[in-house]
Amino acid sequence: MFTLEKRPNPSRFWTVATPVLAVVLTMIAGGIMFAMLGKDPVAAIRTIFWDPLFDPQFASYSRPQLLVKAGPLILIAIGLSLGFRAGIWNIGAEGQYIMGAIFGAAVGLAFYPDEHWFILPLMVLAGAFGGWLWAMIPAILRTRFRTNEILVSLLLVYVAQSILSSMALGALRNPEGGGFPGSRNLSQYPAAANLELVAGTGMHWGVVAAFMAVIAAYVLLQRHILGFHIRLAGQAPRAARFAGVNPDRLVLLCFGVSGALAGLAGLFEVAGPAGQISIDFASGYGFTAIIVAFLGRLNPIGILLAGLLMALTYIGGELAQFMLGLPSAAIQAFQGMLLFFLLAVDLLTNYRIRWAFGRAAG
Amino acid sequence: MHRRSLLTSAAAFGLGLSLATGAFAQMDKVKACFVYVGPINDGGWTQQHHAGATAVAETYGDKVEMVYQENVPEGADAERVLTQMALSGCNIVFATSFGFMDATNAVAAKFPNVMFEHATGYKREHPNVSTYNARFYEGRAVIGTIAGLMTKSNKIGYIASFPIPEVIMGINAAYLAAKKVNPDATMNVIWAYTWYDPAKEADAAKAMIEQGVDVIMQHTDSTAPMAEMAKTPGIIGFGQATDMADYKPTPRVSSIIDNWAPYYIKRVGEMLDGTYTQGDAWEGIAGGEVQIGEITGVPDDVKAAAEAVRDGIAAGTLHPFTGPINKQDGSAWLAEGQTAPDGDLLGMNFYVEGIAGDIPK
Amino acid sequence: MTFGGIDPALLIASLMVASVPIMLAAIGELVVEKAGVLNLGVEGMMIIGAVCGLAAAVQSGSPVVGFAAAAAGGAALALIFAFLTQTLLANQVATGLALTLFGLGLSSLIGQGFVGVKPPQTERLTFGPLTDLPFLGKVLFHHDPIVYLSIAIIAAVWAVLKYTRTGLILRAVGENHDAAHALGYKVQRVRLLAILFGGAMAGLGGAYISLIRVPQWTDGITSGAGWIALAIVVFASWKPWRVLLGAYLFGGITVLQLNLQAAGARIPVEYLSMSPYLITILVLVIMSANRGRGAIGAPASLGRNFHASR
Repeated sequence: MFTLEKRPNPSRFWTVATPVLAVVLTMIAGGIMFAMLGKDPVAAIRTIFWDPLFDPQFASYSRPQLLVKAGPLILIAIGLSLGFRAGIWNIGAEGQYIMGAIFGAAVGLAFYPDEHWFILPLMVLAGAFGGWLWAMIPAILRTRFRTNEILVSLLLVYVAQSILSSMALGALRNPEGGGFPGSRNLSQYPAAANLELVAGTGMHWGVVAAFMAVIAAYVLLQRHILGFHIRLAGQAPRAARFAGVNPDRLVLLCFGVSGALAGLAGLFEVAGPAGQISIDFASGYGFTAIIVAFLGRLNPIGILLAGLLMALTYIGGELAQFMLGLPSAAIQAFQGMLLFFLLAVDLLTNYRIRWAFGRAAG
Repeated sequence: MHRRSLLTSAAAFGLGLSLATGAFAQMDKVKACFVYVGPINDGGWTQQHHAGATAVAETYGDKVEMVYQENVPEGADAERVLTQMALSGCNIVFATSFGFMDATNAVAAKFPNVMFEHATGYKREHPNVSTYNARFYEGRAVIGTIAGLMTKSNKIGYIASFPIPEVIMGINAAYLAAKKVNPDATMNVIWAYTWYDPAKEADAAKAMIEQGVDVIMQHTDSTAPMAEMAKTPGIIGFGQATDMADYKPTPRVSSIIDNWAPYYIKRVGEMLDGTYTQGDAWEGIAGGEVQIGEITGVPDDVKAAAEAVRDGIAAGTLHPFTGPINKQDGSAWLAEGQTAPDGDLLGMNFYVEGIAGDIPK
Repeated sequence: MTFGGIDPALLIASLMVASVPIMLAAIGELVVEKAGVLNLGVEGMMIIGAVCGLAAAVQSGSPVVGFAAAAAGGAALALIFAFLTQTLLANQVATGLALTLFGLGLSSLIGQGFVGVKPPQTERLTFGPLTDLPFLGKVLFHHDPIVYLSIAIIAAVWAVLKYTRTGLILRAVGENHDAAHALGYKVQRVRLLAILFGGAMAGLGGAYISLIRVPQWTDGITSGAGWIALAIVVFASWKPWRVLLGAYLFGGITVLQLNLQAAGARIPVEYLSMSPYLITILVLVIMSANRGRGAIGAPASLGRNFHASR
């Protein structure tokens, strides 16, 4: 057996090496699974990890798509990571994402078909406000009544989904759609559209916002007293209180920021890649972002890389499905494995492994 | 998390461009690609599209390469999958969910040489986009006839998914057919707000049975209601999307089967021989898109009556929506002998006279 | 006797059945959380249980074998979680979410050969004259064995937690793992066993859906029941009998709104579908407000990993 010894400081070597190790281990385990399904494991792994980036047929299209897919994940995960560091658990980002999209889209649709320069900026504000508002419900219940925020934020996801379907079928339904559910397509309404800023790059305002959030979070955590308070509250709540950190204010702040960012992600998605409010607008970004936040070890740069890696497995997974006929379930299981391995090898960063043969190590 | 909307194509909206006329050159080999919203073994909507795709591969053998992708979410992901398919050399791409509509048209603009076929939508913004759908309401009229004749409590239940024209059309068609053979028949509708949630569908069926409903129709995809019906003798229902033959002879006494194979085989065949043109198909029982599953477990006269309705629709002598029909509020819709224009059906947002309850808004 | 066209006896009987899967999963998760572990992978374990249960029942022809296999399957998936979080000290929230993702994928792979196959039927129990009693007969004495088993499990968990040494150790580990360790209890072993129990219960709950409620296999058959089970645990403020109550409330509102619709009541459906969640939030607020300050009975070490530094 082995025992674990906590490192005084996280290992720099393993911080960099563990993700690589995890990917290699996943390739081996996933390869075995693909082989059991009767597919060529080497081809499958290459299709997932290599083709989206370098295949001459697909890469010029799928490389920018990585940003499109990773953008909302990163944006949401950055917001969540602040709260997670402080021990504040917002797991309802999916609901905040939906509400941001609804608020933002509603503002945009209210102006249809006028063309004004301020419509998209106003939608951005409305989107952030919608997400913020939805996040304030668990935050205020927590600070006012000590209600568990994990549960309330999660339950509100289901409420948001119900509101989404009633909006798609009712208030926001396209009046020219002949009774079909779903709003007008915002990406076809120039004043409200969040389109690619430079053609062929995948960069839209949501991706820009994600990069800005990464930088802002990095500065906040490294340089700002607030970042210090957040870290302190997570590591040593009692010490934080002595240091003058107001826990209630921190809850409101962390929920507010993560809600607003999730709302922004929803707005940029509905005005751009998704295009419209529909019954099935929610596609799980809010939950996947939780995984991204942890894969990135709650570190802004880590989240950026983790978001891109997740996006790669999605896009590569899609290629593997129709190029090689892999069932989508196999891709899902493969992603699950990747997460398991990433989480497992994380141990090496914070702990030293002492192998003990025959006797218990000190 | 099943996302699909069973909606209908609409020439009536005039959104399609003029049909492209020029046929294409003959092809030696066609790569036909299918994009599905659910898993290929969902037991319903996607499974039937995949069965059609498989039939294409079997029919043309080496001349066709068939690839597919399942579980594609609507929105941005769909656009990416469609683009990647076009990049991979697909000649014709079938997008099999209503929610793929805008994505299909957007991608079609970028790949003018790839043909796109969108199921249940109404937008044909580019010459290389066609739409297709099936007249499921014709099938509803057939099972509505069986329901009207078979119900003893005069309560017919309908497990509905979302309040959209396609579903409302089905409820109205079934009710009118049942009413025709049994003036006392009433319709109890439960809106499940899901296409697919086995446990909830089973609960809905159970709630109806407890209310004295003895014939249940469903516009949701799982067989859970069948299993629930099987627990109580005397309750009957109808297969949806697939035949649900495991529940023969009762409780499943017939079914409405989505059969996309004829259309898929035809369109891919046209690609091969160079006769393909843009189109907008809305076929029903006559075209084979809507099949009525074997009628089992009912008296012979009921079976004969249902088959007469089926054959009448197929022959074009019977239209499920033939006037006089009033709307629920009593206002006139169709005059004596008038049949419903397709445009009215495709945007249907009202119950016909006699159905109780409101359509949720 | 009916109210608004609804027979209360049938309504109660239906909600008892509808609540079983979430009740089983929730009571398992309650034990896990009592031990100080937060496993968000309930949905994944349930669906693995559903597919394993169906596969084993079909192969063997026996529902009993099916349920046993379901419990084993759920526990096996939980073992991955236990290894990652207890041995390798991975973050519990992230691992739980990954478990759900993995479980959904794996179940679909296993289930490919079993789509549309009908499992052997599980007979309802009858209690002779009791079953024929008016009202009570329909409500209490005409169910399948799992309905009674689930209630018995709740009673057993309650008794074990309250009266036995095992329960004491479990709670000690969940409240303060450092103190429990100092007292000589094997924190990780206790948690491992709790996690396995949670997995087995979630598996049983999943199998109830695929073997009795629905009964068949299709992808994604649990459709979110695992998440509701998690909500119920908190709703119950970690008390076993309140899990029963919470499950009945959740199952009850769904069944009630469908019954109201079937009875022709004019109700705003789209808002009713969100009512269980809003009511749960309301109940949570009332409970936590009454409790004044402080947490609402959550185990103090919930979600925190333990590493013995000495």
